Amino acid sequence: MNDVAVGGERVSRRLSLYTLPRMLLGKRRVLPGLGPTLGFTWFYLSALVLIPIGALVLKASALSWTQVVAIITNPRTSAALMLSFGASAAAALINTLVGTLVAWVLARYRFAGRTLLDAIVDLPFALPTSVAGIALTYVYSEHGWVGGLFAKIGVPIAFTRLGIVVALTFVGMPFVVRTVQPVIQEIDVQIEEAAASLGATKLQTFTRVLLPMLGPAIGAGFALSFARAVGEYGSVLFIAGNMPMRTEIAPLLIVSKLEQFDYAGAAVIGVAMLTVSLALLITVQLLERQVEKRFGGDPS
Amino acid sequence: MSGRSIVRSETPRGFGLVLVALAVAFLGLLVLVPLAAVLGTAFQKGFDPFWNAIRDPDTLSAIRLTLLTTVIAVPLNAVFGVTAAWAITKFDFRGKSLLVSLIDLPFTVSPVVAGLLFVLLFGTRGLLGPALADTGIRVVYATPGVIIATIFVTFPFIARELIPLMQAQGNEEELAAITLGANGWQTFWRVTLPNIKWGLLYGTVVCTARAMGEFGAVSVVSGHVRGLTNTLPLHVEILYNDYHQIEAFSVASLLTLISLVALVIKKLIEKKGLISAHGG
Repeated sequence: MNDVAVGGERVSRRLSLYTLPRMLLGKRRVLPGLGPTLGFTWFYLSALVLIPIGALVLKASALSWTQVVAIITNPRTSAALMLSFGASAAAALINTLVGTLVAWVLARYRFAGRTLLDAIVDLPFALPTSVAGIALTYVYSEHGWVGGLFAKIGVPIAFTRLGIVVALTFVGMPFVVRTVQPVIQEIDVQIEEAAASLGATKLQTFTRVLLPMLGPAIGAGFALSFARAVGEYGSVLFIAGNMPMRTEIAPLLIVSKLEQFDYAGAAVIGVAMLTVSLALLITVQLLERQVEKRFGGDPS
Repeated sequence: MSGRSIVRSETPRGFGLVLVALAVAFLGLLVLVPLAAVLGTAFQKGFDPFWNAIRDPDTLSAIRLTLLTTVIAVPLNAVFGVTAAWAITKFDFRGKSLLVSLIDLPFTVSPVVAGLLFVLLFGTRGLLGPALADTGIRVVYATPGVIIATIFVTFPFIARELIPLMQAQGNEEELAAITLGANGWQTFWRVTLPNIKWGLLYGTVVCTARAMGEFGAVSVVSGHVRGLTNTLPLHVEILYNDYHQIEAFSVASLLTLISLVALVIKKLIEKKGLISAHGG
């Protein structure tokens, strides 16, 4: 039903009276500058992004499949990849749960310090990662303000995998909050009142009405925060301890391979990570399109 | 449109108080306490050690390189952002959605992979390495590499800010200007630019903060030559690894101050509602 309507609308728009004059005029455009601006855009993009990525893929593709498999399945490499993906998933999950809560609190409640709280959400995004790294290590080490408390109950944070998760939670946090918060603000409060007037409890309203509406935004937030975490280097460098097989993340392994002039090995891990980034980018864009469809003012 | 008028904003009670407390505790432990640690450690012995760390010759040369990098990378990305947004929002053409996706690509690429890209391209064993060696130009482990890597990681910021903004504003005003006899440049300077100036400023602030603070990509291409290819974020690492804790945290405070200023400007633009189309 829906598909037919959408298809029909598209067809009618293509042939409507409004578009007919434009079709008859052919490709004449009123606004100037398509050629130079589009040309420069593709040139700049190619020179800085596409050609360098091509060089990376070329470097990796010079190897045979068996060599690639040998590099990836090397115990140290696979341990680093598993750690990177595992810790990033854990951090993204924490951010999805707590970040959604933070977004909800910021969107719905008025309290002293709300503006400050709202402002510091963006700090992990603006702060250089080396600064974040030394600050988190200082606070979460055995002698740190927070790490000391945890060490007393037998849970050391810095220089363990838990420390990596803390750093990745830090860098990914703004992405969930800033993706979910505007959507919560867009939800009409009448929808909740309607659910309540029909007898839904607050919990039912949340799980059956609000959560499905927030779903795509939360999904996009998870993917963004995961993507950021997988690639993160600076903040983890200081807190991780960087022990091969135990607390060495994939980006760090790339750096150490480069330091040993193992360019091919670095390129293979780089391509593996790039592939994951691409998949995540596509996921995020699909989810963002869904968010826009539900809430955006995009008329098309 | 912003739904502020229909949104309920209430004083927390009961369960709401629990939620607020959880949010405060989370952000406090994760962000506020580390922030306080940076400033507290830098100034724990007063202002003098901080000041001495900042005016150290190595720090000053790191400041110079950071500023040089920013002054080159940000304007280039601003020109690209405006150009790309003009092409994408004013015209229809084949491959438009692919182009928009590709502009986002550097967002998701790991900074380390970004650095790796340029080492593989310009390094001595890289694709263009031999050709570069003949000309005597050094890119990797030198200033040009630092600048190129910074351009890469800050590539999408301004374009991403402008594309939705100009999309929402439509073409009517530009069409009117052209119809009234303005040429392309006049239309851009007198109609488009005034309309997008706040969005452009917003994107530029975000881009500048990121350009001054980039660590991973720059770390891979810089080779850590002290006083030569060291930016401020790299200098923090060197000082820290040398056990110069107060100095490391002093330089870190300087960077923290820069990002706080960027955040304040960003908030001011948001608060004034100067870029209404932000976020859709």
